Amino acid sequence: MEDTVVTIPGSTYNVASLPSMLPVEPISHIAFGLLAVLILAGAGWVVALPNLFRAALSLGIVLVGVAGVFILLEAEFLAFIQILVYVGAILTIIVFAVMLTANVSAPAEPIPSSKRGAAALASLAMFAVLAGLIRGIAWPSGEPQAPTTAAIGQQLVTTLVLPFELISVLFVAVMIGAITLATATRDEPRGAPKAPRG
Amino acid sequence: MSVPLPWILYLSSALFSIGVYGMLTRRHAIGLLLSVELILNASVLNFVAFGRLYGNVHAQAFALFIIALAACEAVVGLAIIIGLARSAGTVFVDRLTLLKG
Repeated sequence: MEDTVVTIPGSTYNVASLPSMLPVEPISHIAFGLLAVLILAGAGWVVALPNLFRAALSLGIVLVGVAGVFILLEAEFLAFIQILVYVGAILTIIVFAVMLTANVSAPAEPIPSSKRGAAALASLAMFAVLAGLIRGIAWPSGEPQAPTTAAIGQQLVTTLVLPFELISVLFVAVMIGAITLATATRDEPRGAPKAPRG
Repeated sequence: MSVPLPWILYLSSALFSIGVYGMLTRRHAIGLLLSVELILNASVLNFVAFGRLYGNVHAQAFALFIIALAACEAVVGLAIIIGLARSAGTVFVDRLTLLKG
């Protein structure tokens, strides 16, 4: 890596050595801790809130928190994509779907607490197994290098051009399928009042 | 490394486990979809963390594809749910018995 020397009137700074002068480590650790609390709290609300509209909004908290972790991992491009596609598009559709199906989902019956406890036990056991695995492995501690956005873009139009184009074909298929599914009216809704005849 | 890799792995496995809990306890079809989004986010987080560890460019591109596929999945899933709400009159997965023989 070449050293970049920036000359500012009165003094000379070596830009490449600046990050090591700043206390980056504790700041990123604190930021990661805050983001982790945000993500886990949001995820807890997503699965636990009885009101589905609020659960969908909590998913927004989780998605923004994950985007923040992407920025900490030097994946800025992915962070922007996450905000644009997930928060901007997917979450909007989900909120609309929640509102469109609100009239048929009003009586939300809670799951019995015994089943809830069994599910919590199962997922806790799964987390324990995963955490044990992570703990047991000696992870390499080299200096990581995040790929730049330019490198990702280059890969997307050279090596990965086929999956990239396939995704566009898939999008077209999905759009047609979604329109077909959502506009198909085979039956009248069960609870809807029937139109008077004659 | 600014953030140690195991921390991210712990976070993503916690996110994954919460998503699994949601899949097991939610009755509303959109609630299931929200839990699937949590699980997908956990996997994307792992992809990015490992790609950074090994300096792999394909990891982030793959994460991009996962996000695109998640968008497709959400669109088709929500269209199906809206269609179900219209034709079957319910969106609770334990009351949907249209395919029961």
